[in-house]
Amino acid sequence: MEEILELARQLAGEAEVFQVISEELPVHFEANRLKAIQRKQSTSISLRIIKDGRLGYAAASGEIEPRKLVDYALETARFGMPAQFNFPGPTQLPGIGVFDPEVEKISTAEMIDLGQALIEPVTRSTPGIVCDAAVSRDSLMVQLINSRGCRAEYRKTTFGLGVSGTLVRDTDMLFVGEGQESCRPIRDTKSIIATVLRQLELARNLATIPTRPLPVIFTPDGVLSAFIPALMSAFNGKVVLQGASPIGKRIGEKLFDAKISLYDDPTIEYAPNSRPCDDEGIASQRTPLIENGVVRNFLYDLQTAGQAGTRSTGNGSRGRGGLISPAPSAFIIPPGEASFEEMVKDVKEGLIIEQLMGAEQGNVLGGEFSGNVLLGYKIENGEITGRVKNTMVSGNVYQVLKEVIALGKTAKWVGGTLLAPHIYVPAVSVASK
Amino acid sequence: MNISEIGHDLADLLRKFDADYLEAHLEENRSSHLTYRGKELESMDKTSAVGGNIRALVKGGWGFVSFNSLDNLKAKIEQAIEQARFVSGGEARVEPFQPVVDIVPGDIALNPVDIPLAEKKELLDEYNSVIWSTPKLQTSVIGYSDNYRKYLYINSAGSFIEQERADVTLRTTAIATDNGEVQQVGLSLGNRGDFNRIKNLHRQIKEMAQRAVDMLVAPHVKGGEYTVVLDPVLAGVFIHEAFGHLSEADHVYENPRLREIMTIGKKFGCDELNVVDGAAVPGLRGSYTYDDEGVPATRTYLIREGILTGRLHSRETAARMEENLTGNARAISYRFPPIVRMTNTYIEPRSTSFEEMIADIKEGIYARNWYGGTTSMEMFTFSAGEAYMIRNGKIAELLRPVTLTGNVFVTLMNIDAIGNDLDMNEGGGCGKGGQSPLPVSNGSPHIRIQHCLVGGR
Repeated sequence: MEEILELARQLAGEAEVFQVISEELPVHFEANRLKAIQRKQSTSISLRIIKDGRLGYAAASGEIEPRKLVDYALETARFGMPAQFNFPGPTQLPGIGVFDPEVEKISTAEMIDLGQALIEPVTRSTPGIVCDAAVSRDSLMVQLINSRGCRAEYRKTTFGLGVSGTLVRDTDMLFVGEGQESCRPIRDTKSIIATVLRQLELARNLATIPTRPLPVIFTPDGVLSAFIPALMSAFNGKVVLQGASPIGKRIGEKLFDAKISLYDDPTIEYAPNSRPCDDEGIASQRTPLIENGVVRNFLYDLQTAGQAGTRSTGNGSRGRGGLISPAPSAFIIPPGEASFEEMVKDVKEGLIIEQLMGAEQGNVLGGEFSGNVLLGYKIENGEITGRVKNTMVSGNVYQVLKEVIALGKTAKWVGGTLLAPHIYVPAVSVASK
Repeated sequence: MNISEIGHDLADLLRKFDADYLEAHLEENRSSHLTYRGKELESMDKTSAVGGNIRALVKGGWGFVSFNSLDNLKAKIEQAIEQARFVSGGEARVEPFQPVVDIVPGDIALNPVDIPLAEKKELLDEYNSVIWSTPKLQTSVIGYSDNYRKYLYINSAGSFIEQERADVTLRTTAIATDNGEVQQVGLSLGNRGDFNRIKNLHRQIKEMAQRAVDMLVAPHVKGGEYTVVLDPVLAGVFIHEAFGHLSEADHVYENPRLREIMTIGKKFGCDELNVVDGAAVPGLRGSYTYDDEGVPATRTYLIREGILTGRLHSRETAARMEENLTGNARAISYRFPPIVRMTNTYIEPRSTSFEEMIADIKEGIYARNWYGGTTSMEMFTFSAGEAYMIRNGKIAELLRPVTLTGNVFVTLMNIDAIGNDLDMNEGGGCGKGGQSPLPVSNGSPHIRIQHCLVGGR
């Protein structure tokens, strides 16, 4: 790294080298049985330079001559965007727990046992169900150095457990599943199993639903599939800067129900997407995006912040080829006061949405979602009566979240990217056959 | 570094270990990417990678190790075997296949990665200014990628296959806004590494940008059931998403009930319906000579005259289902083991003209262009980038984008007209098991579907 930085500094002026060394160890179960164990080792290095005020990038996985990497970056810098920032100098990073040596001590044998412990109760409860499961432990070493003296380095571990089941009856297919992730070991399989068993029970009967607007309770998973892709795009500083975000000019305005708040927060101890700094060496922070329905901030990396005349929110994230753009770390929607039972009881005729398929295919930029209800249940007179099928819902996140009846009183992590409660809204368009 | 040399050493090494089956992949690749967001080039980068993997099968269990460092490959083989031993006792096995030794050079005259960045930028600058010349347009996004791969497949039975391929993709999006309303229209193209084939698209890009603006004032469709006509692009996505994934044997082989649904010989559609998948169809993004298990590419009828006649296999699924190898095991890179994937998937053309197809539709929807699609095997959903009402046998007003959904088995049965105008779409990428985007192509003539559920408000 030092050699590349020194060479790039000499030829370009300013430079930054970012390296990630990772090892992933996933254990896969397929069709109720242990199927494969994998070990994925990877090393990637990326170089960003500012030469004559212009940005250049290059990246390599595996072996590369330092000179070649620098030459690649120099070629791209000839046409690069003018840099609207300077690399940060030495910084003090906050102490956020993201590494637990216990994760690396979990043996393959124990991971296999955990996978079996996830599958066994599900197959016992439901004859004919075919389960896949994954147990994984990953470790990561991230290092960043730049020509202004910033030295950022951290280690991170993640542990994940998940099970999914497919139940086929005639040509009807039911998909259930649940997973958890943490920077610490997860050895308790009970809550995952309880969730899956409950899904199976609620889906036992089929129910029909009319074609018209109906009240809907989105579970935390449902919130993720219906609303989050649109919100992640709308609060992205780059989309705002382009003028393509529907809320880009509306900071300080109340666009959502007062019960809704939303934060981007990579500082929660041992949460799967937490980290002490972003991929540009900027210290992690909690950023309010919506507070009591009012739009507060957007998410920025250094370059986008420079263009927008604001400061980085520590959301610089490396995608393909080491290119940096603003990206959310984890979205947090604080819970409300209603219990799930209270919300269900309140619905005369409506829907619970747990999984929407294809919701992000529509006009996400415009806030629209439209998807097939992959897992959802009908509510009739305050009771869950069964699973719905052949049903599409569509709406616009800015209209749907303008009026919220209640938020659930407990928030749940979904997929490492969202911590959210149930959200109960008065009307969403439903089409069914 | 020369991966061919390392490969020959590795081939000798693989024979010395005690495993039921051992295979290795080694790969070197280079690529470049250009992105525009708004009026300016936003970023440009060049990347390179070297890496490989070892996969071991021991007594019915799989082990897999992937790496960037090609040092000490012996230790990596040992790790893969040790992992496979942990899993042993399973039922995994591979269909035997005779060893193949071959070199397949790339089929392009000029490696797209070697074209100067300045030349790529010049073309994309032109396209971006075409988009920006459209009144009321808010912004544009353009993504260009090219890639060159050289990759080796080596196994313990003596196969040694060296293949090269290149790939070019171009995605352009025009975004129009008005009063907080946002609409976008995209155009995606891809090919096997021929940069010249993405030149001269100015007219198409102009139309695309204009459509984004027009959509701002287009009405929403009312949700419900319609007779829907799909254009070749969208029908190709439909057959890929809704049916193609069900034909991948790894979804079926360990699921007895799904296996029953997908029984060969069962009626799936009208007598006119033929569906094919095959990497042996030449010159497309899903084409290749050997798959990533060293099996030669084939051309497989999945449905013939409405009857289910075949499915797609890896060596493992073919062995487990006692069916013929089809050469459909593919991995997106050395970081992943090969799994059953589609290649070039299409509905064969028949005789109905587009005019005949819409002539007797009183009120229906003409859905064009791909925006996205996904499937849960039984249910599918896909979005059209462009849609029009059909009224009294004529194409009528432009609509906001529509999403179509349905049960695949019912929907295939509801196809009642197949056109005469097959067209292949190479702009898409397929995702499965965390491996995305894999280069594929899909296509179809125009098709008509009765009673299709359309989302709306």
